[in-house]
Amino acid sequence: MPWEQVLTGSFLIALLTAGIRLAVPVLLAVLGEIITERSGVMNLGIEGIMLVGGLAGFVTAQTLEQATGIASLAAWVGLLIGLLTGAAMGLLMAVLTVTLKTDQVVTGVTFVLLGQGLTSYIFRRATGLLGARVTGLQSWAVPGLSTLPVAGDILFNHNAIVYLTVALVVLCWLLLFRTHWGLELRAVGENPAAADTSGLRVQTIRYLAVMVGAALAGLGGAVLTVVQLNIFTEGIMAGRGWIAIALVFFSRWHPGGALVGALLFGIADALQYRIQALGFKALPYEFLLMLPYVLTLVVLVWGSRQSNTPAALGIPYSKGKG
Amino acid sequence: MSDDREDSNQTAVEMGRITKRFPGVIANQAIALDVKAGEIHALLGENGAGKTTLMNLLCGLYEPDEGEIRIFGQLMRFRSPKDAIAAGIGMVHQHFRLVESFTVAENIILGQTKGLWRDSPQRLHAHLQTLAHQYSLTLDFTARIWQLSVGEQQRVEILKALYRRARVLILDEPTAVLTPQEAQDLMATLRHLAAQGTAIIFISHKLKEVMALCDRVTVLRDGQRVGTVAVPQTTEQELAQMMVGRTIKRQRRTDPPERLPQTEPALILKQLSVMGDRQHLALRAIDLAIYPGEIVGIAGVDGNGQRELEEAIAGLRPFSQGELWRTGNLAHIPSDRYSMGLLTEFSIAENLVLRDVQHPPFQWRGLLRLAWIRKYAVDLVQRYLIRTPSVQTRAGNLSGGNAQKVVFARELTRHHQVLLAAQPTRGLDISATEFVHAQMVARRDAGTAVLLISTELEEILCLSDRIAVLYEGRIVGMMDGASADVHQLGLMMAGKTAVGHAQLADQTPSFYPAEADRRTRD
Repeated sequence: MPWEQVLTGSFLIALLTAGIRLAVPVLLAVLGEIITERSGVMNLGIEGIMLVGGLAGFVTAQTLEQATGIASLAAWVGLLIGLLTGAAMGLLMAVLTVTLKTDQVVTGVTFVLLGQGLTSYIFRRATGLLGARVTGLQSWAVPGLSTLPVAGDILFNHNAIVYLTVALVVLCWLLLFRTHWGLELRAVGENPAAADTSGLRVQTIRYLAVMVGAALAGLGGAVLTVVQLNIFTEGIMAGRGWIAIALVFFSRWHPGGALVGALLFGIADALQYRIQALGFKALPYEFLLMLPYVLTLVVLVWGSRQSNTPAALGIPYSKGKG
Repeated sequence: MSDDREDSNQTAVEMGRITKRFPGVIANQAIALDVKAGEIHALLGENGAGKTTLMNLLCGLYEPDEGEIRIFGQLMRFRSPKDAIAAGIGMVHQHFRLVESFTVAENIILGQTKGLWRDSPQRLHAHLQTLAHQYSLTLDFTARIWQLSVGEQQRVEILKALYRRARVLILDEPTAVLTPQEAQDLMATLRHLAAQGTAIIFISHKLKEVMALCDRVTVLRDGQRVGTVAVPQTTEQELAQMMVGRTIKRQRRTDPPERLPQTEPALILKQLSVMGDRQHLALRAIDLAIYPGEIVGIAGVDGNGQRELEEAIAGLRPFSQGELWRTGNLAHIPSDRYSMGLLTEFSIAENLVLRDVQHPPFQWRGLLRLAWIRKYAVDLVQRYLIRTPSVQTRAGNLSGGNAQKVVFARELTRHHQVLLAAQPTRGLDISATEFVHAQMVARRDAGTAVLLISTELEEILCLSDRIAVLYEGRIVGMMDGASADVHQLGLMMAGKTAVGHAQLADQTPSFYPAEADRRTRD
């Protein structure tokens, strides 16, 4: 590999900028899954929900852009539809796992298969989707800050969804640890019997947590298709939903950890693209494709030494059995 | 003062003809109960008598099928615990309902908050301190629940109820997990609360406590009310008879062992140290020798190393230091019969042959001989009086007493020289307890060395020939079973004194049996 091409300032700046951007869809899904799992429910269907949210968002944005010609409006409505589609799938997931108490692992895997099958079917039937593109969102340079050397390019020259996602990390942290709602959510995930006898509505809180989590996953999927890749293809999430679940463990159910984990993944992903583009021949490109996933595995091993897994994670709650 | 008197004569709880059915059982049948403000009212009965169900109805966990509940005269219908809390009902469950990883303060305010943002810890703690002071309860509000002793956790539960303005406080077997001293403190607290007008329902099967603490007693049996009596007008014997439906005698069932002077110990622990799950030293240099034909009782409050001691002796936990010597086989009655003692998804017959199924006659050339297994199981079910529809019944469907009998049947029919029984009667009713005790005494009389680990002081006193007290992983005292002084024992269990260390030295064996199985640290 021509090292002199890699170890330049502009290469590193471009790498980090792209890394941040690529981290966003995964980060949204991780934040959502943290909220879900803090309530004691494990949603393993993220990959499927991201696919369905990504397709719904893309179709909406594409149709709207064709009809109105206003790209940014189309993109925002597309993202909203992705979010709502995710929430709807979350509702279904909650009915199954919270009310009907189905096995959460099996239900989650079923959701992935459902998402893959459904999106592939629609993609193949709707011939207009092949090769269709959307414009997405324009970058918005933060006034003043974007002209800073180095940091200005890396941090303050992104589209709005990047800033919103970072704000969401802070919001999630406040929600979980500085509000009563967060205290109650965590109580339900740690000891639902205690929460129940304290007068909390365990099932309602779990429904909300699963729906919010799935909504964020759906939004993450839509961000990838509408804003970042501007296309939809079969299997476009490429395992990002599973990476998100792994990163929840790495984050130790903390939004700050989610930010770090998602950035590591995003940078590895960006690196993989760039090395490929540079025509690095010594290694088959398939190995480079593995890079983000291998890195995730490494950080997972390192990160899961100490766990603060919610004590009731994965266990349905029934009254009078606590 | 006259106002106070009127207040305390007010009826706080009135339950009328309450019936609750579960599939296949009538848990409560037309039960009536009335409790006055300022009264401590005992609810007495064996396991399965319906006490807990009745109280779960009162605290909103279940809804009754028939009957009505009035709180301070007002007809209530509780759809959830939230409704009951709003009506002033506070319940301290037997298994505490606390979030272990949360602080004391967080547990107390859980579900009782208004607005979105949390108060600063300082403001919250100051507020709670005032409340605690009012009821003379001391607590560290910043501590996390898992750091607290059981007695402290119970205080958290009580304060939690008071924070919710409970006017009726229900305590489900509150002393089961406490040392005698902690139990004394609890009783003082309860009297204090009653004097301030709180109605207290005290669920128990311990007659002495009920006699010492309560004003009136309602006795339940088989889901029905046997009667309500005023404590000054009754006796322990009468209550026991009401509870069981027949006369029982509770006495020391053990005789001094006839140990031969030359006998060698069957089980020796020498300077045994073991790590607990939290990477702390759970057992510290334990010295203990148990001889054939004696029962040694390990007394102590739960969580002082009992589980680690049990697991170390059973070979389930490595030692960090020291040695363990044992002659012959070990029969093990585990403290958690459902997770360690039985495979709940397996049938009774399968559980009974579990440890020997690889040997004849249960198998022939690798194939199970089902007819043989069945015949063997039917025989054991009869000998051990296990009440079950068939030997094919799932072990998890058995009641606590019958499940324990299955464990006893399997363990005691195997050849063994040492019997390790951990919490053998936990959760069992009087008749099952009697059965278990009789089995242990019979083994002792047949020359087995018996080690009984129990947090039930009464059980220790009833069975043990010698008593060792476990406190914070150390044996802090050793005394003779027949002459043990309950008060002194209680003090030792609370770590207040270490009398008896002199005798302890005598117990350290100066020799090791040559033929003993030797296990050293892994």
